[in-house]
Amino acid sequence: MSYVFTVSPDFSPDHLPGWFVFNTWMQRVSGLRFHLELMDHFSDLRRAVEADRIDLIYANPHDAAMLVREKGFVALVKPGDGADEAVIAVSADSPFHRVEDLEPESRIATTGDPDVHLMGMILLEPAGLNRENVTLHHCDSYVLVAKRLFRGESDAGIFLARAFDELSRPVRERLRMLVRSDIQVIHHYLMAGPRLADRVDDLRDRLTAMGDDAKTAEILKGLGVSRWEAVDEEEVEFMIDLMDTLSYSPA
Amino acid sequence: MLSDMNPADVTGDYREYTLDLFGIGPRRVLVTDEEVPYPDGRLIVSRTDTEGIITHVNRSFVAMSGYTEDELVGAPHSILRHPDMPRAAFADLWRTVQRGEIWQGYVKNLRKDGAHYWVKATVIPNVRRGRIVGYTSVRRKPERRKVEECIALYARMVAEEREVK
Ligand SMILES: Cc1cc2nc3c(=O)[nH]c(=O)nc-3n(C[C@H](O)[C@H](O)[C@H](O)COP(=O)(O)O)c2cc1C
Repeated sequence: MSYVFTVSPDFSPDHLPGWFVFNTWMQRVSGLRFHLELMDHFSDLRRAVEADRIDLIYANPHDAAMLVREKGFVALVKPGDGADEAVIAVSADSPFHRVEDLEPESRIATTGDPDVHLMGMILLEPAGLNRENVTLHHCDSYVLVAKRLFRGESDAGIFLARAFDELSRPVRERLRMLVRSDIQVIHHYLMAGPRLADRVDDLRDRLTAMGDDAKTAEILKGLGVSRWEAVDEEEVEFMIDLMDTLSYSPA
Repeated sequence: MLSDMNPADVTGDYREYTLDLFGIGPRRVLVTDEEVPYPDGRLIVSRTDTEGIITHVNRSFVAMSGYTEDELVGAPHSILRHPDMPRAAFADLWRTVQRGEIWQGYVKNLRKDGAHYWVKATVIPNVRRGRIVGYTSVRRKPERRKVEECIALYARMVAEEREVK
């Protein structure tokens, strides 16, 4: 039997080869056959999940909720590099110095990352901004979000904090950060589906041991992950409850 | 249990109120006019059991409340109850979450030092294997205009509640 492994489309393109190397390693140590299938769009991923085609996934926090609650997935590990956070930034010469300076009808540049977008909209809320009174521009990458800002095409941009920190110096210097979230509990998780249920403990043990030797440390580096940390069920349930409070809006 | 607030913990001039807390009885609270601004970018998170006893708080919660984690965990959540909050708000909160639904509203919270802070709170029932096992409240920075609206609204509600009594 062969299993389908996929990675949430918000992964950094720099890590593309890393996921293939990781997949090869997984197959060797687990004795299972994984077919790595990368998807360009969140909608493609949704369809594959709906059709129960996915067995192993590096899932963003938004999809993790659905995978646990509706599809019986179990979280194996999370990256030990800190949580997912969001940044609101403006062009360095922008007249806005605090989030509260932004006004309704602002033009906001964002990406297709559902959880980063959600965190970003929470950060904009103190200014009275919400999805009904802003104009959103969906960009394909954070570099494109930055470009919209310094071209004056958008008033503020929503970034994954890690991606913001990794922007090149010249790009960073043309931006100014208004606020960075400090939520601490929103993570990507590597998750296993019901067909892998009896392999969960074995997979988790092997994953958390990665980094003990030079070879697996190198593989982790290719993913931009320092270590895999084991997670228990309640930790993930807690994050899902928290995400649900953030995405709640009264009818 | 919940002890009365201690004048030694309070900074500046204060007024004294006695709250009548559900399942606890009277608690003397000391209130100043000082507002502490909501910290940018943070979420203030706590969890309770099904009775409203605090089981978990995050760092931002501890920092904003002025209490230590040890003082908070095991205490009823009404430890933060401010006398300017109408009873009807919390009655609505409990009715909503006990039905298994999400409650959202603006809350003025009382700190250990008598100051207060405004939050936009969202409370969700923690459903595990089909049963409610507790509740989580996630607070975020409110829009100032909404806070101003609530100051006026809650003052009217509290005045009405006093008349009925
Ligand atoms: C998860 C959760 C969080 C709560 N957070 C607060 C809070 O931050 N401040 C507050 O005054 N009451 C909060 N409450 C409501 C209290 O339990 C309580 O109902 C309220 O303080 C009023 O006290 P009383 O019910 O004894 O009249 C919370 C309840 C739940 C279930």
